Amino acid sequence: MANPTTAGAPVETTHAATPAPFVPAAERGLLVVLPHPDDETFSSGGTMARCADAGVPVTYLCGTYGDMGRRMGRPAFANRESLRDIRERELADACAVLGAEVRMLGLRDKCVEFEDPIEVAERVRAVIEELDPSTVVGFYPGYAVHADHDALGLIVQLAVRALPAGRRPRLLAVAVGDQEANRATLGEPDVLSDIAHTVDRKIAALRAHRSQTEAMFVKWDEDAEDEQGKAFRDRLLGGERFYLLDPHHVTGYERNRP
Amino acid sequence: MHPIDRDAVQAELDRRREQPVYLHLETTTGSYTALGPDKKPPVIAFVRNAQVTYARGVVTGPGPYRVGLKLQDGWVYADGLTDFVVSERDELLLAGHDHDGYLTVALQLSAQPFREA
Repeated sequence: MANPTTAGAPVETTHAATPAPFVPAAERGLLVVLPHPDDETFSSGGTMARCADAGVPVTYLCGTYGDMGRRMGRPAFANRESLRDIRERELADACAVLGAEVRMLGLRDKCVEFEDPIEVAERVRAVIEELDPSTVVGFYPGYAVHADHDALGLIVQLAVRALPAGRRPRLLAVAVGDQEANRATLGEPDVLSDIAHTVDRKIAALRAHRSQTEAMFVKWDEDAEDEQGKAFRDRLLGGERFYLLDPHHVTGYERNRP
Repeated sequence: MHPIDRDAVQAELDRRREQPVYLHLETTTGSYTALGPDKKPPVIAFVRNAQVTYARGVVTGPGPYRVGLKLQDGWVYADGLTDFVVSERDELLLAGHDHDGYLTVALQLSAQPFREA
């Protein structure tokens, strides 16, 4: 069914018709760069665990402490001031489950788009140069729903773009939200990671992000989800999908930045 | 946090009047409202570590509660507050939570600046 909100929207770039599999054995290192504790697990947790299983070093460079989140646990056990340290601990636990090392950029939650993107991109570039991963995962700028996601997605793209041609890792981008609408402009995702063997660890890592996922698990456990909730769950526990993003492709998001 | 005890909150507001205090004031729908059934855009605002001095601060309402702080040149106002706690750093934290436990509004006062990332 055509989505009325995307009808006539410009096509970003042409992606593959059939996704290629994600092959951990072909990787030298995986670096995931996203803004919040839990973004890594929701988007890529199964793939991170697959890489760890294959002996591939996995690092999560996390932009913020997620300290402006509104989920406080169910029942609430966190508050605005305690949330920062709680989420930092939850992230450490989740990444221990997934087999990933954690690093923090220390940006302010919700304020990533107000930073100087070049300055932050320099810091991300330095981490890429140090770790020399074969693949970097970021959000797809403009297709990531949350303003922090879009902003850090662009920053990661700028960081990869700034590297010399022979030193650039593959950039895989995560699109969030209405998948039909995303397909209408982006096409099919280029890479599909089969997480059947690591989905249990993805769920364990989701549970480790307790303050953020408790309300969701209450609904899962009571089977009290609406249609949209069920679709989200199926997608979350199915394969992880990524778009191959050319670091030089100027997205609509980048073009329209002030 | 605990359900608001009006007398206890009033005492905390009185204790902090007539001296510069750091304010954290916030309201949020969350950043993912566009994914909800109504596809509404998010509505979020916060002020963190603005310094204010109030001559009069009052908590009112049957619950959820309202707080108003009368400044020299204006007002601070919040509605929908349900819970409070005084943190170990002696910060007065007031917040509203919805039925899922999600924070909807926060009004916080502290003699020291609130922590920054």
